[in-house]
Amino acid sequence: MSIWWLVIVVLAAMGFAYQSGAAKSRKLAAAGGAKLHSLPTHYGALVALWCGIPALVILLLFLAFEGDLIRAMVASGLPDQVRALPSNQLAGILNRVESLASGYGVAGSVEPFEAEAAAQMSQLRTVGNLALIAVVAAAFVLGLATALRRLTPRLRARNEVERVVVIALIACSAVAIVTTVGIVLSMLGEAVRFFQFVHPFDFFFGTVWNPRFSTVGAGASGGYGLLPLLWGTVLITIIAMAVAVPIGLMTAIYLSEYASPRLRSLAKPALEILAGIPTIVYGFFALTVVGPFLAAIGAAIGVEIRATSALTAGLVMGIMIIPFVSSLSDDIITQVPRAMRDGSFGLGATHSETIRRVVLPAALPGIVGAFLLAVSRAVGETMIVVMAAGNAPVLQANPLQAISTVTVTIVNQLTGDIDFTSPQSLVAFALGLTLFTITLGLNIVALYIVRRYREQYE
Amino acid sequence: MSVATSDLPETRSSSAEKVRGSLARRHAAERRFKAIGMLAVILGLSFVAILFATVLRKGVPAFWQTTVTLPVHFDPAVVKVPPMPAPQAGQSPAAYQEELTAWRTMLAGANWGRLIENALLAELPPEAASRRRDVQRLVTSSERFRLRDMVERDPGIIGQTVTVTLLADANVDIWMKGNVDRSLSDAQLALNPEQRRYVDILNERGLIQQSFAKALFLNVDSRSSPASAGLAGAFVGSLFMMLIVIVLSVPIGVAAAIYLEEFAPKNRLTDLIEININNLAAVPSIVFGLLGAAVFINWIGLPLSAPLVGGLVLTLMTLPTIIITTRATLRAIPPSIRSAAVGLGASRVQTVAHHVLPLALPGILTGTIIGVAQALGETAPLLLIGMSAFVASVPATPLDQSTALPVQIYLWQGNELRNFFEGRTSAAIIVLLSLMIALNALAIFLRRRFERRW
Repeated sequence: MSIWWLVIVVLAAMGFAYQSGAAKSRKLAAAGGAKLHSLPTHYGALVALWCGIPALVILLLFLAFEGDLIRAMVASGLPDQVRALPSNQLAGILNRVESLASGYGVAGSVEPFEAEAAAQMSQLRTVGNLALIAVVAAAFVLGLATALRRLTPRLRARNEVERVVVIALIACSAVAIVTTVGIVLSMLGEAVRFFQFVHPFDFFFGTVWNPRFSTVGAGASGGYGLLPLLWGTVLITIIAMAVAVPIGLMTAIYLSEYASPRLRSLAKPALEILAGIPTIVYGFFALTVVGPFLAAIGAAIGVEIRATSALTAGLVMGIMIIPFVSSLSDDIITQVPRAMRDGSFGLGATHSETIRRVVLPAALPGIVGAFLLAVSRAVGETMIVVMAAGNAPVLQANPLQAISTVTVTIVNQLTGDIDFTSPQSLVAFALGLTLFTITLGLNIVALYIVRRYREQYE
Repeated sequence: MSVATSDLPETRSSSAEKVRGSLARRHAAERRFKAIGMLAVILGLSFVAILFATVLRKGVPAFWQTTVTLPVHFDPAVVKVPPMPAPQAGQSPAAYQEELTAWRTMLAGANWGRLIENALLAELPPEAASRRRDVQRLVTSSERFRLRDMVERDPGIIGQTVTVTLLADANVDIWMKGNVDRSLSDAQLALNPEQRRYVDILNERGLIQQSFAKALFLNVDSRSSPASAGLAGAFVGSLFMMLIVIVLSVPIGVAAAIYLEEFAPKNRLTDLIEININNLAAVPSIVFGLLGAAVFINWIGLPLSAPLVGGLVLTLMTLPTIIITTRATLRAIPPSIRSAAVGLGASRVQTVAHHVLPLALPGILTGTIIGVAQALGETAPLLLIGMSAFVASVPATPLDQSTALPVQIYLWQGNELRNFFEGRTSAAIIVLLSLMIALNALAIFLRRRFERRW
């Protein structure tokens, strides 16, 4: 916690540096001579940056490496027979030493070497903290002196400050790239570890999903076949699209071509409410309303329909996607040029003939792109399927039975305690990588199509 | 005119004839098509209506809960505790604290359940005295601690009789609300025949009421005492996460949007960033959960179930939304404003900071609120970073264990006591939806209030 106080002190001192920089520049201006190149605030900001950035960087480095460095130093001071222990036991001992040094108790009796190491550790920590304060203060003072010495009326303070601002802006927009790289690398890393347990061929083409929860040996790993899960995802997506595409597309056509402006201004936001509802609510809806309803229908007509089945999940997911399909299609239909419609009307076509023979074919590429985006949504959807699909990872084509999907399995394998050494947990990352690849592919194709379509009519 | 018509060639009139003949069919097709379109809209709207009707029908009754109002006698023979220690002259504060703690421990050890039993038995026929366990289970178990807290606050009430409104057990609540088929056999009902008779007696005496379920808002989740389970912990957890999302994603997102829209040269790197942001906006949320589990928990070593990790994951998810809406807002600001500022000698950073950004503020605010509302309802990634653990305390810092509102809904819907928790879950959904609708309404209001058309 003391480190955070130091951060606050540095920030406060930056305020002081700002004031002194601005004051000095004003004094220079008042003393006559050359006109200032920049505003006093720029000089102040420049001085503050000169002082604060090095100090904060040092602080950050200290925060990142202090713990590991001290652990390594303490570990090297431990007795030889302790250091010869396997790495996980050694880590356990170091954890005990750490909690001793922090003043917490530990279970069991404290060995003399542990007490000694703990004393050394707390001493190192004190020394480290004092050194940090000294170094940060030195960096600050050095920065202040340099900046104030550089401060002349001709110094282009505005340009320098703004260069730092733009660099900060670039860093912020790089977060997007870092996130993507983080997703790919973390999942790839864990997936590679998973493939050390299970051969990629057995994973991608296996037809049995039955990971047993035992970690003894490679033989006990059970079946890690992706196909039943992928099939479940595909089946539910097909059902969802079968619901969402006709309703969504017809809604878009009706609202953009037929509806009065008043109906449109009421119905569109009302439908968009569906898009804003959290998926957990849809899951609950599926579980308590749609599932029992379907089961009752099944009982009435003599077909066995399970309350939690591919059909339930697919139907509700379809409802969820309706506004997505309809608003995207709406955008695309309204982009079809007026002249094409007028031409068709002029030839005597009715309104629906114009829509079916002229508007829809013209809008088709864009609509296909919108459907692909909807498919990618459906493939990645989790909560509805977790709650309403029944979680039965078997390869069967009956939509009235329970099924499992890639996303459900990721949740099942990673809920509770995460053990990053067992294939049972690691498989989630291999599944996630598969999911990411599929949705990425769909998105890239869809965005490309939609963009091409927009350019066509612009 | 009639002459001209008769002069028309034979072929043309036959094709006009053909068109006229097909008109009825084509108009029928037109009407069909229009009807299908209308049907689609009605279907979509009725889904909205059914969904809300279901949630409201199940959830609204759960905002009221069955309670028993009883005169509770704080019998000194049952609560055998000495009077609360007072600070003595010459006693150090630490010693006094220690004495106080010892007193509290003694207080916790008292048989508070017996007080409730006695209060109930006073209202019930005498033969109930032989079925103390059944009687005790009419009131939810956590109410004992409430009595203890009352004494701790005011030790003077020992020996007195105070009228207390106690939460009934979840099964009593189900029974009173008729959420269970009363014709089921004894083996299938959670309350045994005697308990049901006692409930009826208490009800006839007017001691049972439906009171507003304060527990839903003030208490944390509870396993042993479902009737007192509440959303407080989940609410604070969600609050922490939303604060983290706002603090991190707004500056980063706005900065990224400003760079891409105002400064970035058209080159490969900017293209890459753009494609990246568009794709991130469409990456399934569960993938962000996997990222959080691998990077924040496994690699950096942050604790499981912490709102900090949840906030970071949701920040990464919300960033693309904020960047995209901010860019759209910036693009809508006319270039003439920038030209004017630059013409007066402002640098590009000054132009953006002094002129463009203030004009874009309402749009940025709207985008942020919509992004935060989305993040508030997100469940799947939180399950992967351990937020589905049972937590029976309100988190004090973002590093404590916690759940979140949507995760609490997920946990409750899976509870075995379906008849009770279906209502609780729906009530929690109503709370969540109200929050989201409030946020969205705020966004719409701000947009209407501050929107400028150029």
